[in-house]
Amino acid sequence: MKILAIDTSNHPMSVALVEDEQLLATTTLNMVRNHSIYLMPAISKLFELVKWQPTDLDRVVVAQGPGSYTGVRIAVTTAKVLADTEKIDLVGVSSLAVLARNVVPTAKAVIVPFFDARRGNVFAGAYQWEDGTLVNKIADQHLGIDTLLDQLAKLDRPVVLVGQMTDKIRAKFDQLPANVTLLPRTYSIPSTYQLAIAGEKESPVEDIDPFVPHYLRITEAEANWQKLHPGETRKNYVREV
Amino acid sequence: MAERKLILAFESSCDETSVAVVENGTKILSNIVATQIDSHQRFGGVVPEVASRHHIEQITKCTNEALAQADVAYDDLTAVAVTYGPGLVGSLLVGVTAAKVVSWAHGLPLVPVNHMAGHIYAARYVGEFKYPQMALLVSGGHTELVYMPNEHEYKIIGETRDDAAGEAYDKIGRVLGVNYPAGKTIDEWAAKGKDTFHFPRAMEKEDNYDFSFSGLKSAFINTVHNADQRGEELDKDDLAASFQQSVVDVLAEKTMRALDDYPVKQLVLAGGVAANHGLRTRLDHDMAKYHPDVTMLQAPLKLCGDNAAMIGAAGFVGYNHGDRAGMDLNAVPGLMFDRLHE
Repeated sequence: MKILAIDTSNHPMSVALVEDEQLLATTTLNMVRNHSIYLMPAISKLFELVKWQPTDLDRVVVAQGPGSYTGVRIAVTTAKVLADTEKIDLVGVSSLAVLARNVVPTAKAVIVPFFDARRGNVFAGAYQWEDGTLVNKIADQHLGIDTLLDQLAKLDRPVVLVGQMTDKIRAKFDQLPANVTLLPRTYSIPSTYQLAIAGEKESPVEDIDPFVPHYLRITEAEANWQKLHPGETRKNYVREV
Repeated sequence: MAERKLILAFESSCDETSVAVVENGTKILSNIVATQIDSHQRFGGVVPEVASRHHIEQITKCTNEALAQADVAYDDLTAVAVTYGPGLVGSLLVGVTAAKVVSWAHGLPLVPVNHMAGHIYAARYVGEFKYPQMALLVSGGHTELVYMPNEHEYKIIGETRDDAAGEAYDKIGRVLGVNYPAGKTIDEWAAKGKDTFHFPRAMEKEDNYDFSFSGLKSAFINTVHNADQRGEELDKDDLAASFQQSVVDVLAEKTMRALDDYPVKQLVLAGGVAANHGLRTRLDHDMAKYHPDVTMLQAPLKLCGDNAAMIGAAGFVGYNHGDRAGMDLNAVPGLMFDRLHE
């Protein structure tokens, strides 16, 4: 199976071409630049190097969020349009699960990947390796860093945090609970090889059209509107004219 | 069928996701438009993040419907055209990303299109373009006079210095309790009222082709607020008619002045506000009176708003002129035509 895996959920941008579980080529940029400019040229270049045609692909696997809204949207738009136009499989994997996979499968600790979600918040989830399978223990969510650390302290077992530290949140991680360890930054870059492997085993989405990012947060405008209009939210706000 | 050139066009610059298939730049085979108006009406205007989220929900569905309705396959296509600016960056990115993927996956040339050139080309579905040409572009985000000495050459000679005309309609609409987009309702009310308030005509007599609508908007809002404080209710039809008369006077007079100074063969009226009946009627009248030799092409009502058919028509011309974008094409939210300096 020929797989293209894409992750642009945060600052790093990563692309991998994987065939029958073998990594053929991968590119990762970590320059905090515009993913829109670099993603398609990177994909196109890797296809040239491994001498694949777009029509050779069997499956696209994409890191579906959470993360930067615009970043996730670039990867998800690329993946869903490519899968749709080539009529191939599409699989979405949690962007946090991709990061959790950087931790060795023999680790016994609870793995907590996180992304800075601004204003003292993070996107985070809890994962654990069980017989070589990464199992989600606490669903990915948007929460305050203080709340997260309080909850982890109560777990009463070893926890490893994995994620990219940013200047804005660094201070919050200075005093960690005794059972919590922050992994070095070398673990904080997502691997799209891992993403491809994770996505190879998943069933593809049945309907590509409604495939959207896992934002894990409604927009501020919608949150405010919902407060003022309880129970009025419709299923569909878009219509063809 | 050797002559048949098919453009698959994408438009997602604001709150409409649209995909179209256009034949030879002149025939619409399909033009799917998914509008988000119902969503943004909750907030009284377009919320950019909400708009981006809707675009990604719609993009593949609209693409497949456009191809199916046109009864064409990817193999039949000549090129892919896409709006890359101006507009909301998050919205633009969905269309730009989709167009790049389709272009790469099917080995099709990618033609970048300026949204404002697209609006002008909505009028191409009414008749053939002749140059030199002038266009009055009036929409929610833009109000400008564009001079085109030749095909595919766009020069701004006048533009708004503050609010766009459509923006002014939405703002005064809010004061009258009309939800965005307010243009259609105000236009209907205006038809029933009279210009009794004589709001200012900004820069009407100034020797340039620029517009300004913020003074008019403030005068309008002050008038309504002062009446409110006196407990007096003003006739909304007369308010609408007075506001619209001021907008239309300025647009028409500046356009006539531009036509006096730039001899052209055609005037194009396009953009969302080009659907305004007051403006269309006034220009019909003024053109017949002052510039009977200049033909006017008014964009069809159903193509005044944002749509991909207009991008396909403009994209066809860009394609013929060799416009090509690479896989590094990015959204350019502030994209503008050059301004012509005297």
